[in-house]
Amino acid sequence: MAVNSAAPRSPVRATGDRVFQYVLAATAVAIPLIMGAMLIALIDAGMPAIRRFGLAFFATSTWDPVAGEFGVLPFVYGTLVSSAVALLLAVPLGLGVAIFLSELAPGWVRTPVRFLVELLAAIPSVVYGLWGIFVLVPWVRATLTPLLKSTLGFLPLFTGPPLGIGMLTAGLVLAIMVVPFIVALSTEVMRTVPRSQREAALALGATGWETTRTAVIPYARSGIAGAIFLALARALGETMAVTMVIGNVPQIKASLLAPAYTVSAVIANEFAEATSDLYVAALVYAGLVLFLVTLTVNILARVLVRRVARGPALIRE
Amino acid sequence: MAILDRSPKPDARGPSVSNGRRRVTNSAMAAVTFLCTLAVLTPLFLILGFLLRTGVGALNLDFFTHLPGAAGEPGGGMANAIAGTIMLLGLAGLVGIPLGVLGGVFLAEYPGSRLGDVARLTADVLNGMPSIVMGLFAYVLIVLPLRHFSALAGGVALGVMLIPTVVRTTEEIVRLVPQSIREASLALGIPVWKTTLRVVVPTASAGIVTGIMVGLARIAGETAPLLFTAFGNRFWNWNVLKPVAALPLQIFAYAISPFDDWHRQAWAGALVLVGLVLVVNVAARFAAGRQVKLR
Repeated sequence: MAVNSAAPRSPVRATGDRVFQYVLAATAVAIPLIMGAMLIALIDAGMPAIRRFGLAFFATSTWDPVAGEFGVLPFVYGTLVSSAVALLLAVPLGLGVAIFLSELAPGWVRTPVRFLVELLAAIPSVVYGLWGIFVLVPWVRATLTPLLKSTLGFLPLFTGPPLGIGMLTAGLVLAIMVVPFIVALSTEVMRTVPRSQREAALALGATGWETTRTAVIPYARSGIAGAIFLALARALGETMAVTMVIGNVPQIKASLLAPAYTVSAVIANEFAEATSDLYVAALVYAGLVLFLVTLTVNILARVLVRRVARGPALIRE
Repeated sequence: MAILDRSPKPDARGPSVSNGRRRVTNSAMAAVTFLCTLAVLTPLFLILGFLLRTGVGALNLDFFTHLPGAAGEPGGGMANAIAGTIMLLGLAGLVGIPLGVLGGVFLAEYPGSRLGDVARLTADVLNGMPSIVMGLFAYVLIVLPLRHFSALAGGVALGVMLIPTVVRTTEEIVRLVPQSIREASLALGIPVWKTTLRVVVPTASAGIVTGIMVGLARIAGETAPLLFTAFGNRFWNWNVLKPVAALPLQIFAYAISPFDDWHRQAWAGALVLVGLVLVVNVAARFAAGRQVKLR
């Protein structure tokens, strides 16, 4: 589509085309520039807290706006654990759906199912939170918690009173929210696996499942990893739904049934009411870290997905 | 590609595993993937069912025409929040649509440049950034210098979130425009810039508009970037430099309130929001289907 290679005949025309190309290129440059501006803005506004607390910010649990003492350890813990719970549930389920869509389902099933899974990603976060408060939390309190306690209650993971809100509920909501990203991207990379790979396995007498396990998944492996990273980035940064069901108590408890707090939730809850400059800076500092972590995870995801697009180089070993 | 249902060939006996067991494993795994699909779709139906059950009964004319009532008193609506959301979408469109469309046209019409690769990767990464971070960005950029919350800040936060969606859908659609159309125009002696603006973009316009609509529907439900930018407002406001109400903000505030009537209105608001997202996405699907058929 190299339109620009069409040799212009008059110098006036060439100037017009060049100006046009520069204008378009400027809008493309704007996208990385915005990204850079975000980084600079967050570093600048977070500077008072970065200077004051440094890296100890992540190792201390005191969050005392009145005394001006800020440490985000419990929030970081909440973000990491709730995301881990979400991925633990969403990865196997999402891969199951991806295998179903790419290897098993006929076309007339595939299209509507893909559309429905995409809809899951289109529902606003605040609606998940609303549903979480009025449906999921009561269900976790009345049904899931007693069930877990009676079967796995010997584990420290499932102890404490049945509140309904807490780490487990947040993980459940997050799992529902990130699963569409795993499904969409994994299905896509599995569909790029050449037909010849599958046919080779089938010709050797492999069953359908054996073909998927030995020919399709290894080929798509790096793309699947990319899909999981993408989902992880979503889970780490998700705000509203988590804020509404996790309980917002900054504590580190072994039990998944206990309330917790996340980095994004504390920013959402406290930023508008942050009174002192240091308080604002501490919250921006927390946001900066969220930005850097999700940035890294996102770039990693894209690199991994691109590796599959490049083709068979990855089935060397 | 119905591969999983093929049973093993009789002569493909493994050294240790019997064919019967392989056949059972094959069927079992097929069933497991099907169950996974059911499990993933169940929450979607539960949420839509919950919204229909609670939201339809809660929705009335007052919801669309009245201001919020006093705390704890039944009645009132979200008219100002609906207007606020429309205003925020307008502001976001001013930021996101020109940048997104022109950027997308650049990626499609000048492929293979290093700038294009960087812009595409950044757009993808921007798409995955937490929405709360967009709010912080707009706060530092606009709220701090102006010293108060404003619709403008909320619009900018949402506008930045709109860019990646519009860039990527525009790029995809413009790439679908047949090369022969470009060549026909160039052969008539029309310069490249005019060919792009008057021939290529109009051909792709339906798809570009669809992409913009999907993007707008997505940011219409965003709450986190508005918490400390648009901030919310209990009254009407048409000044872009003042705080403004928004539908998702109002839903959030009402959902965590202790009042039954506010819960009812939150469900109604959520139903309106999800209805909007559903309609736009289904319409986009049909529009995309038509585009593919045209090819």
